[in-house]
Parts: sequence; structure tokens; C-alpha cells
Amino acid sequence: MRIDCKHVWEYISAYIDDEVDADLRAEIDRHLETCEICSAILDSTRNVVVLVADERVFELPAGFSERLHARLEKEMELAGPS
Amino acid sequence: MTSSNPEFEADCIRRILAGERQLFHDLIRPSERAIYFLLLSLLRNDAEAEDAAQDTAIKVYLNLKNFRGDSQFRTWVLSIARNEGLGRLRKAVTRKEDSLDAETDDQTGDYTPAVLTSWREIPSEALERQELGVMLRTAIEGLPEIYRNVVVLRDIEEMDVRETATALGISEGAVKVRLHRARALLQRELAPRLEGFAPKRKGLFGWLKP
Repeated sequence: MRIDCKHVWEYISAYIDDEVDADLRAEIDRHLETCEICSAILDSTRNVVVLVADERVFELPAGFSERLHARLEKEMELAGPS
Repeated sequence: MTSSNPEFEADCIRRILAGERQLFHDLIRPSERAIYFLLLSLLRNDAEAEDAAQDTAIKVYLNLKNFRGDSQFRTWVLSIARNEGLGRLRKAVTRKEDSLDAETDDQTGDYTPAVLTSWREIPSEALERQELGVMLRTAIEGLPEIYRNVVVLRDIEEMDVRETATALGISEGAVKVRLHRARALLQRELAPRLEGFAPKRKGLFGWLKP
């Protein structure tokens, strides 16, 4: 079986998450060896996923945790035992 | 991402219910980030997400005796957060006479990636530049809600498929489909604009693959 580019695109996310079976992975790998476009799409997608996961991209607002625990403390006191 | 520790959680919950309520601070702390960013994804407003996160934590405390332990603690907490967020959205929707269920998986969309012929890796050091973070956040904020929620839990909070599915009340299949589409939309939006963040060419063969 030869798979085409569109087929590879459908599995890019599963491929990144290592959720494709061994046969399909081998097919995709073989395709990637000769297809610059799919390699670039895979690399860029993976790059985006890595960047998005970086803690610097999504930071809690300054003082979030302190305010949360202060409010919790107050409410727990009011409510008594859980 | 802090991985969950079921024994610590179970022990904590027992002791909190027995009266050591101060321990609740330690119990909820590892879930704070996920609670906030899930609510931000739903509500798209910093101040309201923070307020909803506080209400969620209080509800978790008040309902702690109902936690059955058949899912991870954080998953249970996130489903409470989701209900809090949806409840607030419903109120807002009633005001705006808008519909909440406009977005479904059936919608046909174009998830073709941006076609490139080569890719130069953007290193995470590039995040020292503020505008890269802004660009990534804006792209995620621009995703349809059902995709955004999945990206927040899977790719930002790095939760697994199962936990994400339980927290969002959807199937594992839906998590995978939505994540795939979300990543395709992000790649298409971002890849052409990220180029400027690639490191400067150092040598002629600097980034050629071996």
C-alpha cells in the first residue's frame, strides 16, 4: 500500500501522540522519507505543539494562587467541616 | 504538569473529611492551573475565569464527601469547573439570546494544513520574545470553543486522552478528532507566521538534517 499526502495529514496528530499502529507508522515513515512537504508539515505541527505546551505561553495571572487560597480560607471557615 | 498521586489524594480527602480542613489547600493546588485555563477557554475573560475558578474550588470543598474515587481527583475537579463555566455561559447566553450548541463535531471545515516545503525548528528560547507568546495565545483563543477546550487540556495541561474525555464529558474518539483538527488549524494559522522566530542562519549547513 502506498499512502498519499492527504492520508498522512489525517494521521499527523495521532502520529505525534504515538497513537498509530506499527504498520501505519512504517507507511508514514516511508512516505516522509521522500516527501518534503509532509515532513515540513509534520515538523511544523510538532513544533507548534511543543511551543504551546511551554509554561511561559500560558501563565496564571499574578497573585492568582494567593487570592484563590485566601478566598478558600474564608469560605471554609464559614462553611465549617467539609 | 504535576502528575496526580491517588494515594496522597485519598489520604488527604479522608483527613479533610475528618476535620483537617487546612489540607484542602494542598489537595487543590496541583489542579489550580488546569481549572483556570479550562475556565478561561470557556469564558474568554480573565477576571471571570478567576472568579469562576474560586467558585469551583469552593464547590469542590463543599462536595468533597461526594467524590467517589472512580476517576482521578483532578478529572472530577475539572468536571465541576466545566459545569461552573457552562452555567455562567448559559446565563450570559440567556441575556444575549444566543445559542450554546452551535458547535458540533459534524461541522464540515477545512483542516488542510499550511503547505510548506521546509521547516526550521523554532526553539523554545524564542519564547523570550513576548510577541511569540502573544501570537500563540491569540491563535488558540481564535479556535472554535470545542477545539480550544481540548487543546487546553491535552496540549497545554498535558492531560491524557482519557482524562480529557472525562473532564469534558465527551468520548475519547471526540477528543482525538478535535485535537487533530485544532492542531491542523493552529499549524495553518501559525506556521507561515512563525518563520520570523527561527534562529538566524549560523553556517551554511546549520539546519540541514543529517
